[in-house]
Amino acid sequence: MSRREKIWWWIGGLAIIVYALFPVGWIVSLSLKAPSDITNGNFLPSSGKWTWENYKSILTGTASDLFLPALRNSFGICLIATAISCVLSMFAAYAIARLDFPGKRLILSAALGVAIFPVISIVTPLFNLWRQIGLYDTWPGLIIPYLSLTLPISIWTMSAFFREIPWEMEQAAQVDGATNWQAFRKVIVPLAAPGVFTTAIISFFIAWNDFAYGISLTSTSASRPVPAALGLFSGASQFEDPTTVIAAAAVIVTIPVVVLVLLFQRRIVAGLTNGAVKG
Amino acid sequence: MTSTTLPPREKTEPVSAPPGGASDRSKAERKLGWYLAGPAFVVMLLVTAYPIAQAVYYSLFNYRLTDPENRSFIGLSNYWVVLSDSLWWQSLWVTVFITVVTVAVELVLGFALALVMAKALRAIRPVVRAAILIPYAIITVVSAFAWQFAFDINTGFVNSWFAWLPGVSADTDWFGDKWTSLLVICLAEIWKTTPFISLLLLAGLAQVPEVLQEAAKVDGATWWQRMRKVTIPNMKAAIMVAVLFRTLDAFRVFDSIFVMTAGANGTESVSFLAYRQTISRVEIGLGSAVSVLLFLCVVAIALAFIKGFKVDLAQARGER
Repeated sequence: MSRREKIWWWIGGLAIIVYALFPVGWIVSLSLKAPSDITNGNFLPSSGKWTWENYKSILTGTASDLFLPALRNSFGICLIATAISCVLSMFAAYAIARLDFPGKRLILSAALGVAIFPVISIVTPLFNLWRQIGLYDTWPGLIIPYLSLTLPISIWTMSAFFREIPWEMEQAAQVDGATNWQAFRKVIVPLAAPGVFTTAIISFFIAWNDFAYGISLTSTSASRPVPAALGLFSGASQFEDPTTVIAAAAVIVTIPVVVLVLLFQRRIVAGLTNGAVKG
Repeated sequence: MTSTTLPPREKTEPVSAPPGGASDRSKAERKLGWYLAGPAFVVMLLVTAYPIAQAVYYSLFNYRLTDPENRSFIGLSNYWVVLSDSLWWQSLWVTVFITVVTVAVELVLGFALALVMAKALRAIRPVVRAAILIPYAIITVVSAFAWQFAFDINTGFVNSWFAWLPGVSADTDWFGDKWTSLLVICLAEIWKTTPFISLLLLAGLAQVPEVLQEAAKVDGATWWQRMRKVTIPNMKAAIMVAVLFRTLDAFRVFDSIFVMTAGANGTESVSFLAYRQTISRVEIGLGSAVSVLLFLCVVAIALAFIKGFKVDLAQARGER
């Protein structure tokens, strides 16, 4: 590559980084502005007006009874939904990758069909049904529909990962004198773990991102997850402009996502593309 | 044939599959297969097929949650009410507009990003990859707020930064008009979902055989010719999968609209219409009819892609 070309690719790379980060930068800067300063029209708060007040407000202050329960709900509901779908799809993906049985294609196509399902079409009937059977505004009332988001992607991604595992290694270990259980634990588990783990991250992202179920199937802080709480927050405060507080909350819920991305970027990319494009 | 692709590789049968006849072993394997995969399959159907069936059922009733006494069977009237209402058509066109604009822009932009990522130097590649994952992983609601605040007449910086553009001034109210609102909604959607497309395209790029590129180079093809005749034809499957997935995803647009405009100024999408009928107005019957229609639209789009463009999803998505 010539020197000139190199410089161009550098510029391209930098452009991508700016593209990806500037809305995040804007919301971070808003979260550090005092409500009186939000109209300054600049990317940064005016000098001397940097403030942690917004963060205080959502973590310990007036808005905390809206935000903290939502954070707890989101973590709990998303982790449980992710765990359930990971366990279920682990078995399914093992069968799809390793066994030969009719219906493999059916399962994969069904997963695809469910993945493209419009969420709102499920919300409408569930809204009524959940009210009748008492699941409205409860954790299980969200965990169950979240499976429709996390299961299909988990099955796809995990079976793509499992297909790459050299399963013969298991027999090789057994030939070398390992018991069944040893062969499974010492050989297969370490090989399969990265795939399972990556799948868990991706499905956690998807559950964490949900908004439609969150606002439709909950009504109180007993089960309302973060995106729904954020989306409805504007109406909740009466006298103050909620912009900066929303910004602070948005930054806080973005932190776990950014941490996961920074730690596992290579795997996440592999997981996203493995499941989707494979010749 | 004007494009250059390698001849299809011969299919290799998996060694584990004995041809024909079901031996005891393969019978047992079948059984085990369904035992293992069955639960996931059943749960998946339960959480989607059952609700949609229920929606079809509700849609045949005149049913308002606050007025359960007067629930009555009215056949297809709800559909007639919806389809003869200009609100439905307006929300459908808004949805189609958003879908077409965002997917078209994302495809071009995503391709450019994929090219840069493929060529980015080793030193910055991890940084670029991490950066591009951030929009993908950020909550849609957060991204919608970020863009809304940036364009907002009070809290934004766009008006003061881009005042030099014709039509933009300190008091441009982006959310006061249908088309400018839609523009901002599209921008937010594009920002958030282009990374997904570009990662799929990047994986597709990696599958273009290097030999063909080299051969074309030796033959004196320009960069543009190689792109058109070698690269793009060879990654057609990846492109189609990316476009199909994003189209169906874009058609469900809801979060951004809810946050940015709440459907004001005729920016309501079909999903938003269904939400408003069911959850806000508790018209379960009418809302279900809109939901079923939305579902049918999505199915129609998927079928059109699969039949019309011959997207072989099974092949493109790994099941060889």
